[in-house]
Amino acid sequence: MASFIDFRNPPGSDRRADSAFRATSEPLWVRRMLIGIVLAFFILFLGLPLVVVFQGALAKGTEHFVAAFRDYDILHSVLMTLTVTLISVPANTLFGIAAAWSITRYRFFGRQALLALIDLPLWVSPVIGGLVYVLLYGRRGYMGPWLQAHDIKIIFALPGMVLATTFVTFPFVARSLIPLMQAQGCEEEEAALTLGAGGFQILRRITLPKIKWGLFYGVILCNARAMGEFGAVSVVSAKISGKTNTMPLEIERLYGDLLFADAFAVASALSLLALVTLILKTLAEWKNRRQFEAGQRALLEPTIEGATN
Amino acid sequence: MSKKRHILPGFHLSLGWTVTWLSLIVLLPVIALAGKTASGGWEHFWETVTDPEVVATYRVTFGISLIAAIINGVFGFLAAWIFARYEFPGRRLLEAATDLPFALPTAVAGIALTALYSPNEWIGKYLEPLGIKIAFTPAGVLIAMTFIGFPFVVRAVQPVITELSSDVEEAAACLGASRWQTLRHVVLPPLLPALLAGIIMSYGRAVGEYGSIVFISGNIPFRTEITPLMIVTKLEQYDYTGAAAIGFTMLAASLVIVVIGNKLQSWGNRFRKSA
Repeated sequence: MASFIDFRNPPGSDRRADSAFRATSEPLWVRRMLIGIVLAFFILFLGLPLVVVFQGALAKGTEHFVAAFRDYDILHSVLMTLTVTLISVPANTLFGIAAAWSITRYRFFGRQALLALIDLPLWVSPVIGGLVYVLLYGRRGYMGPWLQAHDIKIIFALPGMVLATTFVTFPFVARSLIPLMQAQGCEEEEAALTLGAGGFQILRRITLPKIKWGLFYGVILCNARAMGEFGAVSVVSAKISGKTNTMPLEIERLYGDLLFADAFAVASALSLLALVTLILKTLAEWKNRRQFEAGQRALLEPTIEGATN
Repeated sequence: MSKKRHILPGFHLSLGWTVTWLSLIVLLPVIALAGKTASGGWEHFWETVTDPEVVATYRVTFGISLIAAIINGVFGFLAAWIFARYEFPGRRLLEAATDLPFALPTAVAGIALTALYSPNEWIGKYLEPLGIKIAFTPAGVLIAMTFIGFPFVVRAVQPVITELSSDVEEAAACLGASRWQTLRHVVLPPLLPALLAGIIMSYGRAVGEYGSIVFISGNIPFRTEITPLMIVTKLEQYDYTGAAAIGFTMLAASLVIVVIGNKLQSWGNRFRKSA
């Protein structure tokens, strides 16, 4: 991008730069029109829905908005969402680090199959993420009779909701770490090893600082998805307000009961979460790119040295 | 042998953890899905997946998703192009906003879109006098599917546009090609695989989408019901084998979509290296 612009304005040759620019870009009116079309699309599809949420939340005044968050059922749904997220996100983070470590640091049989399986929850319908656990642990599922005999409730209760959320957010951390760790290579880790560092010492002192922005990126995406998941959780939750409703399920309940202002109040809280996620994500992408490029430079260095020698 | 290959410690621990967690969360449940589908028998499976109401949902899920993916192909490509090539105020903001459909919970998107397009509401009230209804019609499903799939095309195409070197465009211009000819014969061909991959991924997302659609569609049988909803309905009737049969069918369809998407992407990557 930078060299592209520099070429357009080489010092002291304005006319050439101008004609070169004209030859490799569109006329001004076309550029303006394209920007206008995209802007209109963004406002219509991405901007207006957000405006509607916040307008709907404040439609009955700020007092009503504040009162909504004093309602027991709504507060309970916030608590449920936080509980589910606090279990599934750390679990998937630990998994993501382990998976990225094993996949990028070693070569072994079945590595590609492992990668494909990690991706699976990304491309199936979230409803399937709930369905599979009902088939396993539901009343008529494979484990159903045994669970009932031992009085363990998974489906229509918290464990099922945690499992379904873990399923749909499964790949996020692993997927954001694998390309980064691949690009960075493991020379520093190996150097630490020769200097006598142990496995966890290497992980804590060398690897984690190297990947921290990639990890942060994966965790916030995982978190946003976990807090907002609807399809998978709606299948495994009993959908009892004040008991097993998470915030998205509570939105559905309130909306169905025609309590629009309350539904949008809960929705506005989740929209704020989405906006914060987008801001943090953009920041992490920017930092991550620098770590990523540093990693790639480190990969290239030996060949550059070889060429100059 | 393994000692030679694995210099860094932690192979057994990290791989063991990965495989255990993967088995518990993904592998075992998906095997249960296949098992339940098989336990119903072939006839039951066929009866379930060819039930007229279910077949009607395929038209909505697989048909309307395709239209949504093509719309996203057009607008996603334009967005990727202006992000990569033009400098204008607010570009970074729009770029960051592109991922909103990823970040916004689907239930929130669902009620917001419904509120926008219901009659007597924001956009709906201007369309109503024209005789255009969007909420609770297939058009509403299309809107939700377009919303949810939008980021994929931009994310797939933008890096490839950024990587294109301007040399070839300058060469084409030097050789007397008009801007339109340059775009058609020089710029577009290497972008095509990435564009198709983006469209396919956006299609896959729309096919599986549930949360944002069920609000705006109104779930009218034979008209706006989507296939994932059929799974939910069967589960509510405790018809586990029926739900499994439809779920398995969807899983297989998604697998085909993702394999095509990956093939297109690796085709596009080959293009990038040779370019």
